[in-house]
Amino acid sequence: MNFVMILRRGTLASALTATLATGVAAPAMAADRELLNSSYDIARELFATINPEFIDWWQEQHGEAINVKQSHGGSSKQARAILQGLSADVVTYNQVTDVNVLADAGLVAEDWQQQFPNNASPYYSTTAFLVREGNPKGIESWDDLVGDDVEIVFPNPKTSGNGRYTYLAAWAYADKAFDGDEEKIHEFMNQFLDNVKVFDTGGRGATTTFVERGIGDVLISFESEVNNIRKEYGQDDYDVVVPPVSILAEFPVAVVKEYAERNDNLDLARGYLDYLYTEEAQRLLAGFNYRVNDETVKAEFADEFPETELLRVEDVFGGWNEVMETHFASGGELDQLQRR
Amino acid sequence: MNRIASLTAASPKRVLPGFGLSLGVTLLFISLVLLLPLTSLVGQLSGLSLAEYWAIITEGRVVASYLVTIGAAAVAALFNALFGLLMAWVLVRYEFPGKRLLDALMDLPFALPTAVAGITLATLYSSNGWMGQLLAPLGFEVAYTWVGIALAMGFTSIPFVVRTVQPVLEDMPGEVDEAALTLGASDAMAFRRVILPHLWPALVTGTGLAFVRSLGEFGAVIFIAGNMPYETEITSLMIFVKLQEYDYVGASAIASVVLAVSLLLLLVLNLWQGRFIRRLHGGKG
Amino acid sequence: MQRIGDSPRVRRVLVGLAIFFSALFLLLPLVAIFAQAFAEGLEMFWANLSDEYTLAAIGLTLFVAALTIPVNLVFGVFLAWLVTRFAFPGRRLLQTLIDIPFAVSPVVAGLVYLLLYGRNGWIGGWLDSHDIQIMFAWPGIVLVTIFVTCPFVARELIPLMQAQGAREEEAAVTLGASGWTVFRRVTLPNIKWALLYGVILTNARAVGEFGAVSVVSGSIRGETNTLPLHVELLYQDYNTVGAFTAAALLALIALFTLAAKAFLEWRATRRENAA
Repeated sequence: MNFVMILRRGTLASALTATLATGVAAPAMAADRELLNSSYDIARELFATINPEFIDWWQEQHGEAINVKQSHGGSSKQARAILQGLSADVVTYNQVTDVNVLADAGLVAEDWQQQFPNNASPYYSTTAFLVREGNPKGIESWDDLVGDDVEIVFPNPKTSGNGRYTYLAAWAYADKAFDGDEEKIHEFMNQFLDNVKVFDTGGRGATTTFVERGIGDVLISFESEVNNIRKEYGQDDYDVVVPPVSILAEFPVAVVKEYAERNDNLDLARGYLDYLYTEEAQRLLAGFNYRVNDETVKAEFADEFPETELLRVEDVFGGWNEVMETHFASGGELDQLQRR
Repeated sequence: MNRIASLTAASPKRVLPGFGLSLGVTLLFISLVLLLPLTSLVGQLSGLSLAEYWAIITEGRVVASYLVTIGAAAVAALFNALFGLLMAWVLVRYEFPGKRLLDALMDLPFALPTAVAGITLATLYSSNGWMGQLLAPLGFEVAYTWVGIALAMGFTSIPFVVRTVQPVLEDMPGEVDEAALTLGASDAMAFRRVILPHLWPALVTGTGLAFVRSLGEFGAVIFIAGNMPYETEITSLMIFVKLQEYDYVGASAIASVVLAVSLLLLLVLNLWQGRFIRRLHGGKG
Repeated sequence: MQRIGDSPRVRRVLVGLAIFFSALFLLLPLVAIFAQAFAEGLEMFWANLSDEYTLAAIGLTLFVAALTIPVNLVFGVFLAWLVTRFAFPGRRLLQTLIDIPFAVSPVVAGLVYLLLYGRNGWIGGWLDSHDIQIMFAWPGIVLVTIFVTCPFVARELIPLMQAQGAREEEAAVTLGASGWTVFRRVTLPNIKWALLYGVILTNARAVGEFGAVSVVSGSIRGETNTLPLHVELLYQDYNTVGAFTAAALLALIALFTLAAKAFLEWRATRRENAA
């Protein structure tokens, strides 16, 4: 059933004949074991780089040839697929809630955050701004985003983890700036959301809107992502602004023990996630503009990551469960703010 | 896509073999492929009380999305009624170079995947696209506005009206024209009084189908809609949002509304068409 | 003979309008797809096309279509035979039922299959305990594709078979031919072109389905990624040219569909004129 494998063996034509002739049966594959990593949608290039390195690393350590398959999508959609039976061995997401959903269903261990260092988050990031060349609107921090003439683009918090972080970062900033004054926070958030020009369903959609369609003065996304965009689309056309205060965005990882056990991949799954903490992998991660904890790598990349105060969701909002309930559930704060 | 051909009823005598077999195969297929999956929708809803169901489907933002969807679909269907009538007329009545090509082009929206259509339209009509550049100086924004949604819906349902009106127009005898014109009617008057009534059932059916199709469209619309709450959110997006929140019940509830409306419209169209044709043929069939 | 709208002025205006709007709404998007695909030259186009994941997506898409078409072909013929050759109560209801896929939003179509065959569904739970994977694997993609494309063959056959009537077949039966022989010798030659057209439409839709497939695919790159999903994936990878290359491929299939249809119609009119 593995089309890549079939295709690697020959031309398209022979692959098609093989597929159509045998119907379903695919020839045995070179690698015995395959790990399936279910991940968020903007991590494609990242894991496309990491996986071959891991495959070599595993071969060296254990003398076994393995293969890693990737599934990408909005991280809620990805978690939902696993709930419905997509038998992924590991998840690498951009939101704690989506792993919690799996833990609630018994597919991931209750104490998954204790199973790997740093709250099971091998790398982290924050929310930052991408502005047009020379920063014509002078956007330096969150309060520059509520002016009358600023147009903002970020993905819909209802459908995108990325968008949720942006919403939370703005709220956390307002909470700090207005010292918890509810009325002022609401006023700030109202203006902030009013300035949004397009609500794409995912992070990449928002990027396309901002870059290729030329809409908006500022794109808000993960720091890693805005840096990647700048690299991708030209250093001269855009500037990256990391606000002095923002939110800590953790990228949680976990073994889907139920499926990994069934696929006989438990050791491989753990090994894969452990590998993400190695110096080698951390360097790759930093290369994709993610912040990491490994001291050596941190020192090497110190110039690239400006000092900034990162607020924790747990400290500002009391935890992800509360965030989901008060802010993003139907009829929650977000719905209230967007009500007409 | 020709639905206007149920003129002759099937023979009531069962001379031909295969009734049992074809009935069996058809019912089995319809049950397994069409109805069984839909029961899962009902299953999701069975846990809801009527009040809860009502609350979900009448929530402010959802209602706003119905209005956006119905409004845009209506505009798209209306545009298609006019455009489809024009195309059918030109393709049937006139000869000109490139006619065959134009005829073939009409089916493009059926053949082109909706996601491709969505990406392409967004590229064309955004402010730096080919069309957007022309329209922007006129102060006319298409992409990420309500107009963009109608445009995407209109594109995906172009073939419906053309392909339902075309065969009826082809079958119309030329004497009808002549009679009207010899009686001294002007072109416009003759068209309105003689041709249009004849095309009416096909035109309504085609427009209705285009409308139904637009109600459910997702792939093409999502790329070009701004997805702003209360302004440019379509109902399919609301279903998608509910799914994102792991709220299968909410998603099923909203989906059931769209499904019920669409099926009702289809049924009404089917029945109306049957009645109309009976009347047209003096109670035969 | 005098006809309505025959004056040269009216004719010119109407034809002009028709061509203008068709070019604007239909031709322009088509041109845009190919313009984007070749934006970085032929070499880039070729490189994008021969990417292993693009090839895998093409393979899977053709595989799914190859499984879908025969199923819907058989179903369509049986259904058309049933509703055009026999009178029975519920005939009209049956004809409305097969329109369901037209009325169901593709996302909902995917959702209902997911709810049924997913791990928490009635059938899915049982399948899961027996280690049978339907959703997030090719069988799920084939199932939803069958769902969204099942009306096409029947929709093509029903009007034609209705118009032709059952006289020829009845005569053959009276002469003592068996059911299968009647179908093969009498019905099939009459409906073969409509049947072929139904298959072409089914194929076009099967190859292009996005919404429903996206729900049940699990988007495992190189394994459950169909060509339309691959378009979105490349688009999200900032590979616009790659995305439009895959889109151009789909557009080519669409153009082939249109050409095949035009050919069939041309044949039909030629036969009519000859007769």
